[in-house]
Amino acid sequence: MTATDAKNIQTLELMAVKIRKHVIEMLYHAKSGHPGGSLSAVDALVTLYFSHMFHDPKKPDNPDRDRFILSKGHAAPALYAVLAESGYFSVKELIKLRTINCRLQGHPVCLYTPGVEASTGSLGHGLSFASGVALAGKLDKKSYHVYVMLGDGETNEGQIWEAAAAASHYKLDNLTALIDRNFLQIDGNTEEVLRLESVYDRWTAFGWNVVEIDGHDIREIEEALQNTDTHRNQPSVIILDTIKGKGVSFMENNVDFHGVPPNEMEYKLAIEELTRIEQKLRGR
Amino acid sequence: MTKKEMKNPRTAYGETLVRLGDIYQNLVVLDADLSKSTKTILFAKKFPQRFFEMGIAEANMISTAAGLASAGKLPFCSTFAVFATGRVYDQIRMDLAYSQANVKIFATHGGISVGKDGASHQMIEDISLMRVLPNMTVLAPSDYTQTSRIVELMAEHVGPMYARIGRADAPVLYSEEYIEHISLGKGMQVEDGDDATIIACGTMVDAAFDAHHLLKKKGLSVRVIDMHTIKPLDEQLVLKCAKQTGCIVTVEEHSIIGGLGSAVAEVLAEKNVGKTIRFRRMGINDTFCESGEPKDLLEKYRLNEKHVATQIQSMISN
Ligand SMILES: Cc1ncc(C[n+]2csc(CCOP(=O)(O)OP(=O)(O)O)c2C)c(N)n1
Repeated sequence: MTATDAKNIQTLELMAVKIRKHVIEMLYHAKSGHPGGSLSAVDALVTLYFSHMFHDPKKPDNPDRDRFILSKGHAAPALYAVLAESGYFSVKELIKLRTINCRLQGHPVCLYTPGVEASTGSLGHGLSFASGVALAGKLDKKSYHVYVMLGDGETNEGQIWEAAAAASHYKLDNLTALIDRNFLQIDGNTEEVLRLESVYDRWTAFGWNVVEIDGHDIREIEEALQNTDTHRNQPSVIILDTIKGKGVSFMENNVDFHGVPPNEMEYKLAIEELTRIEQKLRGR
Repeated sequence: MTKKEMKNPRTAYGETLVRLGDIYQNLVVLDADLSKSTKTILFAKKFPQRFFEMGIAEANMISTAAGLASAGKLPFCSTFAVFATGRVYDQIRMDLAYSQANVKIFATHGGISVGKDGASHQMIEDISLMRVLPNMTVLAPSDYTQTSRIVELMAEHVGPMYARIGRADAPVLYSEEYIEHISLGKGMQVEDGDDATIIACGTMVDAAFDAHHLLKKKGLSVRVIDMHTIKPLDEQLVLKCAKQTGCIVTVEEHSIIGGLGSAVAEVLAEKNVGKTIRFRRMGINDTFCESGEPKDLLEKYRLNEKHVATQIQSMISN
């Protein structure tokens, strides 16, 4: 299914709400974890897994699969929910997140969880890892594409820019980075913590093909992915204009929900709000 | 010693920095987007000019601190233990240790009691990594009072230093009058005993203290040492305890390889104790751990008072 016609888009939008509900459920039960950066990433993850990428949950090791690497590993709940809904493991397992003797670790671990490509959680590694996968794809003349999601704060890390230089040097046009540009990290606004602007100019200067879109518009995301897939001789980066905490009013743009789960009242409110969004989508 | 209320050693760190900011005009603080967790935010609020938010860029933070130190500043750098050591090892090695820079790394969230974030965030190799570096002092304070004092001592002493504490609140083990007994390189006797000695550091001193009382009920008298300085190690104290009790168990929220246990083992193996002693390292047994409630993890990985007591009992009765 690709997000080209209205009906498919509605299905994907409904899936995005479902994923957001999973995220809230998981974090509430875990009593820890990162709501803000999980919620902002959902629409891109849904588009990748349910519309765009070539992947098969029954063959997670297929050498020809497209790859997705979650470099901002603290958004693991969103990734796990998308993997479960795709069929990599049971949706019932989701609420075990962060409990002892469970494969859904606080941050993704490739050894434990089907569908998880890279172990992340220490920020700044994912773009290098993704470049490695892309280099291997070139060597083996594979047609797979590699997608990697970075936090905007994460791009403070020097290693991101080492990888940016290398990927451009090696003309990794089978690599697309997605930056979750929600303007918040932990200590506050990205521009106050350590200025990032102009994000567009920085990546352009590093030799990347840069696209900037609404990171919550599934049609725009799908279109951008299709365009960057076919862009030649340069790696691409999609700057996703997003809202941290997207979908839950009191979490939106609220840095206090970076790493604090909802309490019981907030949990109920969040589910109510998401249900209302769901009903509105169905009625459309 | 009696235990008092729970207080967070991280708060001790932040509050002490604020106090020291008035005393040392050259004190500067650097953090990497975790100032709310490490509590350097307290310093940032009081001395905004002398606080540098470095963003999520730990390597840059460490080398920048070295530059600040070379120009006469007294930098304290903070982030989680995992990002404060492994992430930036070469920067520490070259710019701090090799150059004997007067930079203090104060790391929080050491050990597995970090809990649910999982193994990526549970630093169990930092003491080992820092201990092998020439010129580096390595510290693991155990409670609020000791942390406050250790931060003061770090500011007083010249040279590169690494200190790590945990994430959680911890019982206050030392009242104010203990403060003068806290000095770098000197282990502290928390409880006396003749049958065995537990040498613990950081978060595990509390478990050792509780194990002492569990064993007391069983008629065993076990000495407890709080070895807050892992390097330079208080060798005299280790040897004295070995001679007097004949049985040593080290306990740390760290890999059994390279940390406190290894440091003590090196002394016991090389120095002449004069008699055969029984010895065991308790810590994380060369494995990555996992997400979970801290108390469940400490149970599963055998690092609580019960496991320490069982270990000692089996060693004494054999
Ligand atoms: C190397 C490293 N340093 C610090 C952290 C702690 N940390 C976790 S999330 C985060 C902020 C991330 O901000 P951003 O990349 O913008 O993600 P988002 O806002 O989308 O959650 C930090 C500093 C980490 N996980 N890894």
